[in-house]
Amino acid sequence: MAYHKITLTVNGEAEQVDVSSNMTLLRMLREKMGKTGTKNGCAAGECGACTVMVDGEPVNSCMMLAIECDGKEIVTVEGLADNGHLAPIQEAIIDSGGVQCGFCTPGILIASQALLDRNPNPSQAEIQEALVGNLCRCTGYVRIIEAVQAAAKMV
Amino acid sequence: MTTEIKERIPSPIGESKPRLENDQKVTGAAIFADDIQFGNSLLYARIMHSPHPHALIKSIDTSKAEALPGVKAVVTGADFPGYLGLYLQDRHIFCRDRVRYVGDPVLGVAATSEEIAVKALDLIDVEYEVLEPVLNAEEGAKPDAPLIHPDLGNYKVANFIFPQPGTNISNHFKLRKGDVDGAWEKCSTIVERKFWVPHIQHVPIEPHTAIAQWDETGEITLWASSQSPFAQRNLLAQALGVSQSSVRVIAPKIGGGFGCKAGISMEALVVAIASKTNGRPVKLLLTREEEFHTAFVRQELIAYYKMGCDENGKILAMENTYYWGGGASTEYGVNVTRAAGYSCTGPYEVPNVKADSLCVYTNHPVGGAYRGFGMPEMHTGLEQCVDELAYKAGIDPVDIRSINCVKEGCETVTGFKMHPTGLSQCIEETAKAIQWGQKSPASAPNKRRGKGTAIMWKAPAMPPNAGSSAWVELAEDGTVNVGLGGQDLGQGAFTVMAQMAAAALGVPYESVRISSPVDTRYSPYEWQTVASRLTWSMGNAVVAAATDARRQVLDLVSEAWDEDPEDLDIRDGIVVSYKSEQEQPIKDIVVYGLPKPDDQGWLGGPIIGRGKFMPSYVTGLDAETGQGTRSVVHYTTGSQSVEVEVDLDTGCVEVLRGVSAFDVGRAINPALVEAQIEGGFVQGMSSALFEEMIMVDGFMQNPSFVDYRIATTTDAPSDLQSIIVEVPQDDGPWGARGIGEHPMVPTVAAIANAIYDAVGIRMMSPPFSAEKVYLAMLEAGIVE
Repeated sequence: MAYHKITLTVNGEAEQVDVSSNMTLLRMLREKMGKTGTKNGCAAGECGACTVMVDGEPVNSCMMLAIECDGKEIVTVEGLADNGHLAPIQEAIIDSGGVQCGFCTPGILIASQALLDRNPNPSQAEIQEALVGNLCRCTGYVRIIEAVQAAAKMV
Repeated sequence: MTTEIKERIPSPIGESKPRLENDQKVTGAAIFADDIQFGNSLLYARIMHSPHPHALIKSIDTSKAEALPGVKAVVTGADFPGYLGLYLQDRHIFCRDRVRYVGDPVLGVAATSEEIAVKALDLIDVEYEVLEPVLNAEEGAKPDAPLIHPDLGNYKVANFIFPQPGTNISNHFKLRKGDVDGAWEKCSTIVERKFWVPHIQHVPIEPHTAIAQWDETGEITLWASSQSPFAQRNLLAQALGVSQSSVRVIAPKIGGGFGCKAGISMEALVVAIASKTNGRPVKLLLTREEEFHTAFVRQELIAYYKMGCDENGKILAMENTYYWGGGASTEYGVNVTRAAGYSCTGPYEVPNVKADSLCVYTNHPVGGAYRGFGMPEMHTGLEQCVDELAYKAGIDPVDIRSINCVKEGCETVTGFKMHPTGLSQCIEETAKAIQWGQKSPASAPNKRRGKGTAIMWKAPAMPPNAGSSAWVELAEDGTVNVGLGGQDLGQGAFTVMAQMAAAALGVPYESVRISSPVDTRYSPYEWQTVASRLTWSMGNAVVAAATDARRQVLDLVSEAWDEDPEDLDIRDGIVVSYKSEQEQPIKDIVVYGLPKPDDQGWLGGPIIGRGKFMPSYVTGLDAETGQGTRSVVHYTTGSQSVEVEVDLDTGCVEVLRGVSAFDVGRAINPALVEAQIEGGFVQGMSSALFEEMIMVDGFMQNPSFVDYRIATTTDAPSDLQSIIVEVPQDDGPWGARGIGEHPMVPTVAAIANAIYDAVGIRMMSPPFSAEKVYLAMLEAGIVE
């Protein structure tokens, strides 16, 4: 197995990591960097639990190789809060009651933040569309959609 | 402190307090099983699964795998002769001589990397002799069906489960009440129908994850995504022939359970493998495909219903036969069958009943507990038959339910006098909210709208003596630490327990902590986090522990202040005397006690309250008639009404609105109750419209999220309404009873009834996919 040294930014901090050529971004974050907030739900790009932002775009990190991230900017759920202050989307999902078991929550927060970054005032249909790849088995989605609407108003 | 002041301090009971673990869950700090760090001594396990639905194992050659560098253990069934099973001990940890479903665990390996473990499996040869499989519960119940468990008569079994050795029937629950045969002639309307409810799966977003370690002294530690740490401790000890106290189960946060992480499944495999790794921890993480192939499934149900009513709509008789496809072994299936037997009429008072509920072994994956525990499956057909009975008898479908539903004091099907219940109110509330009887116009000319209602009941299905325990400890800063053994699966159990402890003790909610993760070495005993029983059962234990701690504080203060304890109270964390009007914060008392007068020593000491709860009143039921004094602890009841729109061109069913009303006794935290109702509704809707494990010759055809579709954001109805009805439970904390499972019980039937109202077709088998609905409309001549 070939190993590569890559340089990237994770949650605003410059990092240098040794990764094997078949290591996914998800595994790199969890196993090499201790960022276990990003979850593995299917390892097949189907559930969205592993969603992170790569250069501002929401990506299933289980479907991207770490070596593809050389030079890129990654944001994970650990990077949403600013100095201990929760981001509006984090506040909003708490207030709306959109968290139950919490396993899909990191991916939903990142996908929602990416939506709000590119569209600060999304319609309900746009929110549903943006989160269609993020499965949640607990909440029935209603309060998650409400949270994104509320966060849009807070920003 | 006057009564006036007392009332100014708000009780946390009935308040929608935010979840305790919210901050951890939104920042990525919450630790789930796969997030625990074990360092580089960790080994990775992979499992070889049976490729056949039914076969004998003739030989296993592991020599090449054992020689592969990096492989640390290869474990087969030969190493573990013990049995597993919650109610009926009918399976080994690994298969020994026979495989019974595609996915049955045959052997496991542990290696220094996942890649090596996978490679090792490729080097192992297993020779099978393929046997004829049983692929259908009704066929499997026939006397000439191939036998899946020839040793059924030798298995250990709980005294309320009745297996029939020499057949595939692992439990037969019989209910005989009144005179069914004589009742039919008094019925002016009779409905008879057969329904089939396929296997579905729980699909937690977190796959099953477990890590096990055996240390050199034989102490076993299991970290698992688990609803049942104490049951797992017990079942592992039995299967391995070790003492319960040498097994320690630690249960971190759990990424969804819905029943599939109750009892024991893959956790036993990784424990067995870890017995051969010289103390190194071993992790087993199911892939999503393995999750679909090998994790517990919901039993399939083939159900025959016959019911009749008189000209006033009074239901006089029911005759129901339920064939439950329990799968290859029956961790829970036998008790699902029993629950469906003693609840066989649904929430109705019916004087004449004959029912047979049979659990049948099939060569399908193992049936586990799934949210609702048989009730969603049973109500799917039952509530459609009641609907049809109403239409045929010329009675409004809502009225027939109001007329016949169980009410306080009526005799239920097992002879148990019904406790106070708000079911009638639930029916009225949902009918009103959905504007029953008013047809709204469809959104397009090629669409038809319809409304449907279904009602439900469900009791906690558990052994009669399932217990809970708790402790409450106070710290120097007045913080209250609650020890408990149930799990927060996301339903909010920890939050609700903190609210109860705060209210019972008399301290602010914000000062209560829950001692977690649950760890069987330190946490008090809890049977399992199943059956929607925690708010009620664990709640009672927590209240008892908090009350005990409160009594200790007040006894101490009473002695120190020389006052009657009756005049003392704890309000908002402060001990007060209503008589002398003295006050003292509990934080100054609960660890160091109080000084005696004139520096003559000390009173008291660290305060720890303890509490337990175990129902003592559930009786056995007659094996031939299912009759008894008290079959269950209580029933939670409720009603759902939905409005759907059916597309005539495509058969696509859209759920526009869903209204739910459930009698929860008392909503300790209304927002959490509503969250359960909404989430349960959408899970029920998902099973109604999308979900089926497509089984062909014992092989699941759709083991991925692409092919096994669950509801997504675009499917969620934007108009979901939750109505909380509160008719108190006599032995519930503040009158509370459970609500976790119930919201998905009536949903499939309510949607089916709405489809009937929209287009006039009866759907006898979920999921009501566009294809199935379109073909049914085509056959009925509704579309051409």
